[in-house]
Amino acid sequence: MSDPNSESEAFARARRGRNIAIALGLVAFVLIVFAVTVLKLGASVVDRPL
Amino acid sequence: MTSETARLPALWSDYVQLLKPRVMSLVVFTAVTGLVCAGAPIHPFLAAIAVLCIAVGAGASGALNMWYDADIDAKMRRTRGRPVPAGKIQASDALTLGVTLSLFSVMLMGMALNWLAAGLLAFTIIFYAVVYTMWLKRFTAQNIVIGGLAGALPPVIGWAAASGTAPANAWLLVAIIFLWTPPHFWALSLYTSEDYAKAGVPMMPVVKGAASTRRQIFGYSLALIPVCLAPAFTGLGGVIYLLVAAIGGAVFLLLAWRVLRSRAGEIPGERNDDGLYNVRTTSRDARNLFAFSILYLTLLFAALLAERAMGVSPLELLR
Repeated sequence: MSDPNSESEAFARARRGRNIAIALGLVAFVLIVFAVTVLKLGASVVDRPL
Repeated sequence: MTSETARLPALWSDYVQLLKPRVMSLVVFTAVTGLVCAGAPIHPFLAAIAVLCIAVGAGASGALNMWYDADIDAKMRRTRGRPVPAGKIQASDALTLGVTLSLFSVMLMGMALNWLAAGLLAFTIIFYAVVYTMWLKRFTAQNIVIGGLAGALPPVIGWAAASGTAPANAWLLVAIIFLWTPPHFWALSLYTSEDYAKAGVPMMPVVKGAASTRRQIFGYSLALIPVCLAPAFTGLGGVIYLLVAAIGGAVFLLLAWRVLRSRAGEIPGERNDDGLYNVRTTSRDARNLFAFSILYLTLLFAALLAERAMGVSPLELLR
């Protein structure tokens, strides 16, 4: 029979890995949206009707 | 679909497997070719975002396919190790990942590039996940012919992302992949038809038999090669492309002819368990065509990319 402690440890380790991957994905998405915004608007961001 | 209970801890790499990275790499390659061939001025970062959106969209389609097809995947040797049938990931998690990535990729494409590219990307995802996976695959022997459109569209998405347009030359690239798909997949299915039969998937060799499939492979190959030559005369490809398309096309036709003359797909148990390319003698011709078809498509698109990189003029401009 497998050890339930080591099994739950394996699940916890896998969950930590998944959480880090999701965090990196979200940070990458935020950076991409920021970079795209700067690129698309550029200096025009101040050139708009107030 | 299999049970909802995952029995093994799911690693982040298992989720990457849901995105079918090998299919994604071919999608990215053809999309980049479309993007480069458009010849439109585009910021390199935005070009990279366009390719990323197409890759993620393709991955999302793969995840949706693995969610819906888990029951079929569990019965086939080629697919039974996938994360859902292997019990690593719950089917509902694959669905969530697929839907989430679809929405993110289409929205980002629309906001960062243009809505024509985003619309084409959305159409491709829906066509693959709904029309092909949920309907055609289990319903008709023409499944991969019609469903092949989803795999053929990435070049026009790349073209549209760069230029905001989808001209005839972009659709010519789509036509090449569309006509390439049947001989490519049917060559494979000739020596994996037992698996498809066991899973209840109406692939052509299962429904119409091996001889009919071999004839149709040859027929599609005859239709494919002129279309592959066409870009050399429409302002898309140059002399390098023409040479690759002509010489590769001749080899393709020769291999398709050999498949036609062979008895591939007629003897059960033609494929050994260790890999897609290890087959018994009767199906070697089908295996050779399958392997060469991947090389031919890669070379065609690589030739177009190389010509753009080297500044070779399309033949039409030389007149």
